[in-house]
Amino acid sequence: MATDHTHGHDGHDDHHDHGPPPFFTRWFMSTNHKDIGTLYLLFSLAMLFVGGSMAMVIRAELFQPGLQFVDPHFFNQMTTMHALVMIFGAVMPGFVGFANWMLPLMVGAPDMALPRLNNMSFWVLFMAFVLLLSTLLVGAPAGGWTMYAPLSIQGGLGIDMMIFAVHMMGISSILGAINVIVTCLNMRAPGMTLMKMPMFVWTWLITSFLLIAVMPVLAGAVTMLLTDRNFGTAFFDPAGGGDPVMFQHIFWFFGHPEVYIMILPAFGIISHIIPTFARKPLFGYDSMVFATAGIAFLSFVVWAHHMFTVGMPLSGELFFMYSTMLIAIPTGVKIFNWVATMWRGSMTFETPMLFAVSVVVLFTIGGLSGLMLAIVPADFQYHDTYFVVAHFHYVLFSGAVMAMMGGAYFWLPKWTGHMYNERLGKVHFWLTAIFFNVTFFPQHFLGLAGMPRRIPDYSTQFTEFNQWSSLGAFGLGISQLLFVYIVFACIRGGKQATAEVWENPEGLEWTVPSPAPHHTFETPPRIS
Amino acid sequence: MSSAPGSYYLPNPSPWPLIAAVSVFTLVTGVALWINNVGAGFTIAMVGLAAVLFMMFGWWRAVINESVGGNYNSEVDLSFRMTMGWFIFSEVMFFCAFFGALFYARNLAVPWLEEEMLLWGSYTGGWPTAGPAGAAHIGADVHDVGRGQFGTIGAFGIPILNTILLMTSSITVTLAHHALRHGDRGKLVLWLAITVALGAAFMYYQVEEYIEAYSHLGLTLGTGIYGATFFMLTGFHGMHVTIGAIILFIIMLRCMRGHFKAEDHFAFEAAAWYWHFVDVVWVGLFIFVYIM
Repeated sequence: MATDHTHGHDGHDDHHDHGPPPFFTRWFMSTNHKDIGTLYLLFSLAMLFVGGSMAMVIRAELFQPGLQFVDPHFFNQMTTMHALVMIFGAVMPGFVGFANWMLPLMVGAPDMALPRLNNMSFWVLFMAFVLLLSTLLVGAPAGGWTMYAPLSIQGGLGIDMMIFAVHMMGISSILGAINVIVTCLNMRAPGMTLMKMPMFVWTWLITSFLLIAVMPVLAGAVTMLLTDRNFGTAFFDPAGGGDPVMFQHIFWFFGHPEVYIMILPAFGIISHIIPTFARKPLFGYDSMVFATAGIAFLSFVVWAHHMFTVGMPLSGELFFMYSTMLIAIPTGVKIFNWVATMWRGSMTFETPMLFAVSVVVLFTIGGLSGLMLAIVPADFQYHDTYFVVAHFHYVLFSGAVMAMMGGAYFWLPKWTGHMYNERLGKVHFWLTAIFFNVTFFPQHFLGLAGMPRRIPDYSTQFTEFNQWSSLGAFGLGISQLLFVYIVFACIRGGKQATAEVWENPEGLEWTVPSPAPHHTFETPPRIS
Repeated sequence: MSSAPGSYYLPNPSPWPLIAAVSVFTLVTGVALWINNVGAGFTIAMVGLAAVLFMMFGWWRAVINESVGGNYNSEVDLSFRMTMGWFIFSEVMFFCAFFGALFYARNLAVPWLEEEMLLWGSYTGGWPTAGPAGAAHIGADVHDVGRGQFGTIGAFGIPILNTILLMTSSITVTLAHHALRHGDRGKLVLWLAITVALGAAFMYYQVEEYIEAYSHLGLTLGTGIYGATFFMLTGFHGMHVTIGAIILFIIMLRCMRGHFKAEDHFAFEAAAWYWHFVDVVWVGLFIFVYIM
C-alpha cells in the first residue's frame, strides 16, 4: 500500500506509469479527482434509488384515501427520510461528483487543489449516510426533514443520530466547498481569467461560497437541538425564554441558500449543453455570471418566506415577500439567455439537449409557482399543501435532477470513452418527462384545493388526482432503472467516442481524449 | 503523483481520509448511544475519539514531512492560505448562528413572551432572564438562590481580565511572527511560549468563572435562554481557544526543531490567523454577552 510517505519527495519518483492504482487503493484511498468524482456520482445514483423507494412507499399509501399499507408514523418517517436522502444524498453529492470530474478538466488543472481533503469529503459523507440510514433500525426521525422544534425535541435515539449525521454531512460539504473554491481561484490554467471561466465553474464557485456560509449555520441549529434535547438548554423552549420559531429562522437561513446550492450547478450544466446543441456560443455570458451572483446574494435575505404562516411582524412578511419576488429578475435573465442561445441556432435534439430544454420549460413552471408562494396572502392558503410539494419537485426534480441526467448523458462519453445508446437515452428522457408531469402536475390542483402535505390519509374528493400522481410516480421510479442500464452499458462498451464527442463543443474538457486519462493537464494548457 | 519536481504537489493515495471518516463516525455514533444510555456508547465514543486523535497525528505528520521535504511550491502555499481563510470564514458563520440566537431571543422572543401574555401573564421579561418558568423547569440545579433567580458574571471582573489576556496574546503572537521573519528563533519560541501561556491563563480564568457561575450564582446551562446562550457561546469559544493554544504549542515545538523559514512558514501563519480569529470572537462575546 502506498500510504503516507514519510519521505514526501518519494512521491515524485518512479511514477512513469500513469494508470490507476490497484482496486482498494484506487477506490478507498483515492487522491484522483476523476475516481472521487465517480464515487460521488455512483453514491448519488444509489441514493436516488434509496430515496426513490421511500417515495414509492408514500405514493403507494396515498393511492387511496384511508390507511392501506403503512402506519402513519412510518409514513412520517418516509417523508422525512425521503427528503434528507434526496437532498443530502442524491442531489448535493451528484453535483459534487460533476464538480470533481469536470472542474479540473474545465480550468486546465492537474487535479483538485486538495486531493486528500477531497477524498475525506466523500468518505465522511458516506459514513454520514451509514449513520442516517441506520436510524431506520432504531426509529427514524419522523418530524420532517426541517427538524422543527419542538417535534425534534421529542423522539429518541434516532433524532440524535440524525443530528450527528447532519453534522458529518456539514463537515463533508464545507471541506468539499473549500476545495472547489480554492481550485477555481488558484488552479486555473494561465490565461484563464475569471470572466473566461466556463459557466459550470462559475456556478460551482458561487455555490461553494453559499455552502461555506450556511452549512455552519445548520450545524449551529442542530447543535442547539442536541443540547435542548440532552443537556437542558432552552433555545427553543418558551418556558425558558426561548422560541421554537427561532429554530425555523436559523434553519431557513441555511435552508434557503441550500435551495440555490441545489439549483445553481444545474444552471451551470445546462449552460454548457444548450450552446453545444444550438451550435451557438452562450448568449449573455457576463449577465449569466452576474445573475448567478445576484441569486446567491438574494438567497441570504429571503429565508422567512418559508414561514409566513408561523407568525411574524407585518413588516417582516412584506420584506420577505418583496425580496423573494426580486429573485425572479436574475432567474428571468438566465431563462432569457438560454432561450436567446437557442434562438436561430442549428438545433439538434440529442438526449442531453432534450433534458436541457425540458429543464428550461419545467423549471420555469416551478419558478412561477414559487412566485405564487412568495405572495404572502396567497401563501396563507398554499402553505403546507400539495401545491408546495408540486412547486419544489418542479424545481428540484425537473430542475436539479433532470439537469444532472442531461449532464450525465452529455459527459458520459468523456468519462467512459463510449457513446451511450442514443435511442434508449431518448426513451428514458420521454418516460421521465412524461411520468414526472403525470406525478407532479396534479399535485398543484390538490394543493390549491386544500390537501395538506405530510399526511397519510386524505378526503375522498382528492382521490382521482392522487391516483394519477401515484401511477405517475411508479412509472417515474421504474423508468429510472432504464437510466441505470444505459449508464452501465455505456461503461462496459459502445461506439468509441472521439475527443470532441459532440460537434465543435466549447471547453478544455473536449481537448483531452475520451475516456479522459487518469491524469490530465499535468502541464497546464495556455488559454489565449 | 506529481511528475516533475517543482510542479503542483499532488499527494499519493492516502489511507488517512478513510480513517478520518470511520473514526468520526465511530465517535459520533458512540456519543449518540452514550447520551441515550444505550449499551457500550461511552466505550465506542472513546474508541472513536482515540481513533480521531490517531488520525490527526498521523495525517499531520505526513503533511509536516511533505512540507519539510520541500514538496510544496508557492502555488500549493497559496492553496493552503485560501483554504485556511475559507475555513475560518466557516467558523465565523458557526458562531453567527449562536450570536443570531442570542440577538433573536433577547430582542424578539423574550419581549414577545412578555407582551403576548398568552400563557404566563405575570412574566416580566427583561434581560437576563431564565424565561417564564424560571429555574423551575430546569430542576434542582439551583440551590441557594430563589426560584427563577440567578446571578450573572459582571463584565469588569474576570471577563475584562480575560479580554486583556487574549488581546495581549494576539500581540505576542504577532511579535513571534516578526521574530520568525527576522530569523530570530530564540525570540520566536519565547513569544510563542508566552502566547500559549496567556491562552492557558485565559482558560484557567474561564473555568474559574464557570465554577463561580455553577456554585454561587445559580447560573447553569439550564438557566433558561440566558444560561443556554451564555454557556454555548462562551463554551464554544473556550473550546476554540483550547484548540488554538494546542495548535500554537505544536507550532512552538516545530519552531524548536528548526522548522519554518523566514519567508516560508504557512503553518505558523495559519495558527496565528486562527488565534486572531478566536480573539475577535472574544471581543464580540465581551461586548454582547458580558457588557450589554
